[in-house]
Amino acid sequence: MHEVRLHGRGGQGAVLASAILATALVEEGRHVMAIPAFGFERRGAPVVAFLRLSDTEIRRVTNIYSPDIVVVIDPTVVRAVDVFAGMPKAGTLILATAKQPGEIEVPGVVSRVATCNAMTIAMDIFKRQITNTIMLGAFAKATGLVSVDSLEKALEETHFRDAGLKQNIEAVRRGYAETIVLDLGKEKAA
Amino acid sequence: MNKVSTGKVIVCDGNEAAAWGACLSRPDMVAVYPITPQSSLVEYLAQFIADGRMDADLMDVEGEHTVLSVLHGAVLAGARTYSATSAQGLAFMFEPYFRTPGLRLPMVVSLVTRDAVSPTCVWGGQQDAMTVKEVGWIHMYCETQQEILDTIPIAYKVAENPDVMLPVNVNHDGNYLSYGVARVELPDQAVVDAFLGEKQVNWHACLDPERPMAVDPLTGGAGGIGPSMFVKYRKGLCSGMSEALRVIEEAHADWGKRTGRYWSPLIEEYRMEDAEVALVTIGSMTGAAKDAVDEARLDGKKIGLVKIKTFRPFPAARIAQALSKVKAIGVVDRSVNFGWNCGPVYQEVLAALYALPVRIPMMSFIGGLAGADITVEHFAGVVDRTFRLAGGEMATQPVWLNEND
Repeated sequence: MHEVRLHGRGGQGAVLASAILATALVEEGRHVMAIPAFGFERRGAPVVAFLRLSDTEIRRVTNIYSPDIVVVIDPTVVRAVDVFAGMPKAGTLILATAKQPGEIEVPGVVSRVATCNAMTIAMDIFKRQITNTIMLGAFAKATGLVSVDSLEKALEETHFRDAGLKQNIEAVRRGYAETIVLDLGKEKAA
Repeated sequence: MNKVSTGKVIVCDGNEAAAWGACLSRPDMVAVYPITPQSSLVEYLAQFIADGRMDADLMDVEGEHTVLSVLHGAVLAGARTYSATSAQGLAFMFEPYFRTPGLRLPMVVSLVTRDAVSPTCVWGGQQDAMTVKEVGWIHMYCETQQEILDTIPIAYKVAENPDVMLPVNVNHDGNYLSYGVARVELPDQAVVDAFLGEKQVNWHACLDPERPMAVDPLTGGAGGIGPSMFVKYRKGLCSGMSEALRVIEEAHADWGKRTGRYWSPLIEEYRMEDAEVALVTIGSMTGAAKDAVDEARLDGKKIGLVKIKTFRPFPAARIAQALSKVKAIGVVDRSVNFGWNCGPVYQEVLAALYALPVRIPMMSFIGGLAGADITVEHFAGVVDRTFRLAGGEMATQPVWLNEND
């Protein structure tokens, strides 16, 4: 079982992204349980969404406290919340940033860092800083847990308020293509 | 014979699953007023109707009191009806809510359970549903998104059974289930149609010019036929509730034959065969509790779990039978019984076990109030404390699981 925590800001679509990812994972025959953390959501405030995925049935309907994968779809939210909270060893960080993975300071529990210049891609495609579907492409590249094909199928079933299907398909593809993955363990071994 | 039919797979949250369950049951009228955490459920219904997927009149009225009053008229005129509410909305609905079972009106209303104000909160908890447990509605609690979808057609089948003729609340936990997303299989419309058959909602009481009758005339008092008439109606309601225990089992079995999904209708026994200690759970907390039971079993602890699905009518005999052989019981509630300083499910199980020749030590655990989480780790603590109870460490107070979170 993998436990994923998505960090974003209200209005960026972190919760919608987790639902799209859930749909794509089910498309591949996996079991999922995606739960948005809830508060008084408002535009701009830090938000999180949780997603469990497994090849077997998932019974617990609970929040996630020890995510082995953390996806940060907003570059500034890392200054507001501890995105590494509860991460066990061998964690994966997937971050929306213009930086290279090697430039990111991470605690020792992180063994893989993936970065994607999602804000620039978002401005290209959407003319707005909406990075959620771009970061799903980044998730696919960094984890190999879902294919771009399945994400595209999930997008087709999604109702978008702010953008079209075509733009979001491009977003997933560019997110996948332009994500750089660094395995810290391998770097040390080399 | 019935053939098992597998439907289309979708990925949705519990509110959408409920909306699909309602849509597939083909209600003639839906009346709604939005309230957190139910709001997206009624938005889905409105969308289904706008898309032409659902052929129902949508009554977008000014409050929950009117929601249920409008549906009373609709049922008496022969309509199958649906609504959903939560917490303060249910409170505002209470006056017609009280009338519904007495009028023997078969309808289905989802309660997207939420803790009751005050203190002010808008998050999940079962205080709303537990507060109205004595009114005469049938109450069923769901564990998963799929169970929500499946239980709504089952609820219509139960409500409209001539031996029952009572309203049903299908309850799912606010937040964790209402917004939690999972894989759900949509049954084919033809399967649900065949399962439900012809609707029978107003053969006994109706607003119909062809069958003029006085509905709900003044009854009771201390003279004439008043007292005996009133007792007759009250006993009739008790009888409908009692019959519902059987009908709920039959309806679940029938649904299982047609869809391949056999939900435990009254209670589910999990790993109880050789259990020395048992947990009792209700609603979506059950999944985490089952995981905790499995982990305790790996440590060699003989523990099982009883999940309550049907809370009204209370399956007392089945619960007493299921728990008769254990040495200690930990009951986990998501609401509070203020009068007894314990959880309401705890008090009910306590009463059910009076039928046993032995006295089994029991403890009340209260968690998950106002959106708080009940994790596998919380349940590990419940398991540990309940084993200590079996060892003689009694408790006089409930344990509040989130007290130190």
